[in-house]
Amino acid sequence: MSEKKSSIWLRIYSVLVYGFIYAPILILIVFSFNTQKLNIRWEGFTFHWYEVLFKDGQVLLATKNTVIIAIISTVVATIIGTMAALAMQRYRFPFYNTSETLMYIPIVIPEVVMGISLLVFFVMIKFTLGITTIILSHIAFNVPFVTLVVRARLHGYDRAIDEASMDLGANEITTFRRVTLPTIMPGVLSGAMLALTLSLDDYVITYFTAGPGSTTLPLRVYSMVRFIVTPEINALSTIWVAIIFIILVIGQIAQSKRA
Amino acid sequence: MKKIRVLCILILAMSMILTACGGAKKSTTLNLYAWSDYVPQQLLDDFSTKYGITVNYDTYESNEEMLAKLQAGASGYDVIIPSDYTVAIMIKQEMLEPLDMSQITNFGNLDTRFTNRDYDPGNKYSIPYQWGTSALVYDKTLVPSEPKNWTDLWDPAYKGRLVMLDDERELMGMALQVLGFDKNSTNTIELNQAEAKLVELKPNILTFDSSTPENTIINGEAWAGLVYNGNASLAYQSDPNVVYICPTEGCTIWFDNLAIPKGAPHKDAALQFMNWVLDPQQSVLITMEFPYSNPNKAALDYLKANDPTTYESYMAFSGTNPPDTFLANATPIKDVGDATTLYDNLWTDFKSR
Amino acid sequence: MISEQASGNVKQKFSLTRLLRENQIAQGLFLISPANIYLFIFIVLPLILVAGLSFLSRGTYGQVEFRFDITNYTRLFDPLYGKILLFSLGVGLGTTVICLVVGYPLAYFLAHAPTKQRSLLLFLILLPFWTNFIIRIFAWMIILRSGGVLDSLLQWLHITQAPLNLLYSPTAVMIGMVYEYLPFVVLPLYTSLEKIENSLLEAASDLGAPPWKAFLRVTLPLSVPGMIAGTILTFIPSMGMFVVPDILGGAKTILIGNVIRNQFLTARDWPFGSAASMILMLLTMIFTLYYTRKAGFGEELLV
Repeated sequence: MSEKKSSIWLRIYSVLVYGFIYAPILILIVFSFNTQKLNIRWEGFTFHWYEVLFKDGQVLLATKNTVIIAIISTVVATIIGTMAALAMQRYRFPFYNTSETLMYIPIVIPEVVMGISLLVFFVMIKFTLGITTIILSHIAFNVPFVTLVVRARLHGYDRAIDEASMDLGANEITTFRRVTLPTIMPGVLSGAMLALTLSLDDYVITYFTAGPGSTTLPLRVYSMVRFIVTPEINALSTIWVAIIFIILVIGQIAQSKRA
Repeated sequence: MKKIRVLCILILAMSMILTACGGAKKSTTLNLYAWSDYVPQQLLDDFSTKYGITVNYDTYESNEEMLAKLQAGASGYDVIIPSDYTVAIMIKQEMLEPLDMSQITNFGNLDTRFTNRDYDPGNKYSIPYQWGTSALVYDKTLVPSEPKNWTDLWDPAYKGRLVMLDDERELMGMALQVLGFDKNSTNTIELNQAEAKLVELKPNILTFDSSTPENTIINGEAWAGLVYNGNASLAYQSDPNVVYICPTEGCTIWFDNLAIPKGAPHKDAALQFMNWVLDPQQSVLITMEFPYSNPNKAALDYLKANDPTTYESYMAFSGTNPPDTFLANATPIKDVGDATTLYDNLWTDFKSR
Repeated sequence: MISEQASGNVKQKFSLTRLLRENQIAQGLFLISPANIYLFIFIVLPLILVAGLSFLSRGTYGQVEFRFDITNYTRLFDPLYGKILLFSLGVGLGTTVICLVVGYPLAYFLAHAPTKQRSLLLFLILLPFWTNFIIRIFAWMIILRSGGVLDSLLQWLHITQAPLNLLYSPTAVMIGMVYEYLPFVVLPLYTSLEKIENSLLEAASDLGAPPWKAFLRVTLPLSVPGMIAGTILTFIPSMGMFVVPDILGGAKTILIGNVIRNQFLTARDWPFGSAASMILMLLTMIFTLYYTRKAGFGEELLV
């Protein structure tokens, strides 16, 4: 398997997989311009659904809530999770096993159970349901995912580099900042991306911990879909994807400029 | 690293802009908690304009989800729209506020067929919002012969051609009625027989779908099935060959109602809202937008006078306006109390076959 | 180095920082505390409520009654639930295996892509998953349904004559499941593969190993942590996932996720639902801990 040959097959394969991943998205985008409102067959071209979308106050409010919740919970969970991953991959301390078990609970618990238990918990401590309770819940299920991904990255990390850095005169904090963190950054970012994805899409847990006026996009969409899946939802997805895509492209340009 | 920083700044900027767009809060609000796409935005906007009250419209996917949340202690909601059997449960569990009828002067607009029903005698806690049915739908050009009874659907010719609601009470109820029993039976022997009957039907079922079953009919994948009147009406709008009937064995009639959960923070606004909904001009907006049946007589008269075409379509289709022959065989679903566990066991078993 | 703070009242803080710097155990505890505290409050405490709930009874109207009841657990011994559990295991296993097979080459490709492009390519994989979950599945319906996009395409290319009737079949469910869990496998695998140093592969080739052997003996074993993380993130949630089988499979099957959800939302038998959840959690927890310990993932010792 020489470098060149595997590249071509691998590249073709990867393109196919990307195609698989993007197939439904392309369909969504195309059908957002469909005149038929039932999302079954293509009938004609129109911008109508985008108009409907921009006038839909509930969807806009839901979008705003979703983004805020996702960003805050991701940032907090990533920090906590990375710290935990470092702890678990490098140190031995009392209650190590308990901590590890604790970490896996949110992954193995069925969402309905977590949702209802959190609801009952918040009600018992008299904490009003709303955006804050949603954020708190999201952090809870995001931490283990971040930890797991970062741990995979840390496994086999050669501490010799850290030691070398310290021998050269840097203290622990500087070593962490300049040596460790950049090395594990792909793992941290992957974990953060995963957390972001989970938060943006969460329905069940959010349903139970949301309060009046704190509806999120998944909740809104789930309900809209009970009645009829109009292309307004497609329009929303299209715009969403377009915005993120633009951000990515900008980021990529900034990256290559730096190099 | 720089790229990440740029990304972070962009995301942060976006979230700050979004937060700023939040706007100031009005002092009076109404927290509506209902099915989605059930209350027209126009109705809510007109209400806000007239009374200066901001309406928050939160949604749930089923009666049970709403019930679960409220039973767990969630609060803050002012108006909910539970179905008949849910109202009955909530009354028994003292989860609803009694209504101050002096504030609901439009009550007389309702067709008396829909008031004072057994799930809430005297309408002490609830006001009918919309009603409907769940019954037999089919496309007359696709079926081998036009089905008259539920039993016809057991014909092997329907293999993989039926669409059914994903609802244990609806399907068990249908099977019970086919066997000649009561659809709300709690008798173990009858229930077991009903499940066995359903197991026989399973090969004919293409899909269980409680959200958009009409799509399978419109697309021709399914030829017939058990759906809500709203689904049937939507199918009919796209395909005039769709027929919706209530077999003599029986079908279901349901009523959705406006109610106020106990401890609602804005009771007066809630009562104002309920009265507002009963206004004919507002109620008509519901009928114009959604394919359900309207219990508001004054609203239908208003529709007849102002938009005869829509009125005609409404009256012509059995999904929106079932004839008496249809309604004669329609019965409501009632809560079965402790037998719920048995229903659930049988349903789980049925699905696992 | 340590900054010279020549002030008396800083002495207290000084020794705490020194403690953290020098004592490994203190460092470890410091790093793990936020997670532990947070999870204890928001996971353990609510769970204790659920455990308590599992021993209570269901009232006539679906409310919870404070009657001690062990039947919630004994009910689970009914062969019906065993059957459902096995079926769910099968679905989970199938999804995980296919995801690993499909995702590995992609992760490998990403790990060897030019450094500048890697993040972008990674983001591009995740981008579709920032649209709403339900909508993505509905989009698959448009593709897979009878006479839908896939059928039209295949018939236009003269590969097939009649509709494939993929929607509402087990195949459709598998496509949907793999689609949903692919990133959960690709991400950890990528992080694992990415840090394998080229020098190791060069050394292998210098020692005379052909590329395939280098892969088997060097790359593959080093990517095991990623595979384990990917398996955990996929297998367990996919066992309880019911939305895809419900929408793409026509809701003709019943999985553990359905059973539990039904208890909380349809049957409104919270005690039974709680009991079922406790058992499910116990089983998956045992699996996870055994698997990670055995495969060496959780054994990273003090350096």
